[in-house]
Amino acid sequence: MSAPTALGPTETGWQRFRKDRAAVFAGWFLVAIAVACVLSPWIAPYPYQKQDLALGAVGPCAGHWLGTDILGRDVLSRLLQGGAVSLGVGLVATVVALAFGVLYGVVAGQAGGLVERAMMRTVDILSTLPLTLIVILCMVVFGQNIWMIFLAVGGVSWLTMSRIICTETVSLKNRQFVEVSVALGQSKVGVFTHHYLPNLAGIIAIYATLTVPGVMMLEAFVSFLGLGVQAPMTSWGLMIKDGADIMEECPWLLVAPSVVFALTLLSLNFVGDGLRDAFDPRASKK
Amino acid sequence: MRYGYLFTRLAEMLPVLLIVVVATFFLAHAVPGGPFEKDRRMPPEVKKRLEEYYGLDQPLHRQLVTYVGNLCRGDLGPSLKYPGWSVNEIIGSRIPVSVQLGLAALLLAILIGIPVGVLAASRPNTWLDRVPMGFTLLGICVPSFVLGPLFALVFALGLGWFPPCGWGSPIHFVLPALTLGLVTAAPLARLTRGKVIEAGNQDYVRTARAKGLPEGRVWFVHALRNGILPVVTYLGPAAAGLVSGSFVVESLFDVPGLGRLFVSSIINRDFTLILGTTLVYAAALLVLNLVADLAKAALDPRVARGADR
Repeated sequence: MSAPTALGPTETGWQRFRKDRAAVFAGWFLVAIAVACVLSPWIAPYPYQKQDLALGAVGPCAGHWLGTDILGRDVLSRLLQGGAVSLGVGLVATVVALAFGVLYGVVAGQAGGLVERAMMRTVDILSTLPLTLIVILCMVVFGQNIWMIFLAVGGVSWLTMSRIICTETVSLKNRQFVEVSVALGQSKVGVFTHHYLPNLAGIIAIYATLTVPGVMMLEAFVSFLGLGVQAPMTSWGLMIKDGADIMEECPWLLVAPSVVFALTLLSLNFVGDGLRDAFDPRASKK
Repeated sequence: MRYGYLFTRLAEMLPVLLIVVVATFFLAHAVPGGPFEKDRRMPPEVKKRLEEYYGLDQPLHRQLVTYVGNLCRGDLGPSLKYPGWSVNEIIGSRIPVSVQLGLAALLLAILIGIPVGVLAASRPNTWLDRVPMGFTLLGICVPSFVLGPLFALVFALGLGWFPPCGWGSPIHFVLPALTLGLVTAAPLARLTRGKVIEAGNQDYVRTARAKGLPEGRVWFVHALRNGILPVVTYLGPAAAGLVSGSFVVESLFDVPGLGRLFVSSIINRDFTLILGTTLVYAAALLVLNLVADLAKAALDPRVARGADR
């Protein structure tokens, strides 16, 4: 990094990312939603659990921009509160899948042979164990706690990621550029950061953007079984689930959380695509 | 060489299944509550007799040994919640339902997801890419518990084409299979598109085109074959999930499949049924992952070289 004119691959990557208007805009949108959700106790128009039974379910109006649910709770306030849970779940899943899942997959794929088989069979075993039982058990041991959800989501989000990365690594490690750099004496860490990561970036970005909605739905499912988020607390997945049950009578209860959820995922996709394009080692050829 | 690999992989399944059984056994017993503590409060003597009858009064390790011993003979034990029924009978009656539904959904997902992904990848950032990808995003954002009721609302209650729920004739198949299939097709399309775009930039694709191959062949053979690894990897667990049943879709359309059985067995603390359904899922996952690995080796010689080493 001593030469001021030469830019490292990372720096050019960031520069390219910053030129991608859609990705940058989507990134700021995500930041804005996240900040709004975190600040929801202070900026939400109503307390998320405040009921107004006399009012009941009304559509969007001046007092309640996104309407109210059956118990007369403000949908906008609940969306902000639920977002904190859902985005948290998504964040935990992404971090675990990226940090642990990718590393696990690369190590397994690189090691090959018996080590790879043992590591992949461990993934098999872990993905077979009934998650519901584990969540119940954790709740018994640690008490009914919102952190349980994060733990459960983190526990499963890396499994398929590691499987995919392992296959890709097996395919990569016999490529000439990897064999050359190993022959030239590059360290394992060097091969990992200079050859594996850039070549895996695309699939990592795509699978990460598939993981996030997956775990948000998993959270909704676990909460639906009564094991996750407890009323009056809520999450986007749970709001969508509740909205789906009465979509004929009160469509706004389904539309509002679904739209926010979709916009968030859309932005996430733009950011993921932008990052992938910016850091793609073959992009400079085009 | 190939058969040796297949044999080792099949032999590996036994210890894996055993670990799954032991772990699930202890998990199920560690969770508070038992099969006879739910609905009606029964006199303690009756409960004691029942526990004696099913061997639940024995120490845990002895119960485990008995269970594994019976398992080796193919006996999954009696259900604790449905008196007079064995777990073999209950699961046996549910498997055909879930497998049929799962296979239909899987076929649908593959037939839609992969071609859409390749098509989008062949013209990146044009309307041919953005429109179908917009739909797949919708498929990812709209969970099955929204898509299912929507389909029921439109096609069953609105248009009256299909029955809203139930099971028995092929027409009952359509809505649940469509729901499951579309929800699975969306991630498939996205995975396919991403990798095929990468493959499309490679020299061999240019070569294929330069030697005058038709465009369809270039994309669906040369580019797809090189981009399909993660798709196949993803399909292994996804297919296992599909054929072992989906709780949400089965509940929505009132399909008597394995997914609902599994969740209700956990709620009922029906230990033998929990173990039985978990085993079925584990076996499906292991077999389908093996199938996926074999398919990958057949598709990508570089992976085959790694597997033989």
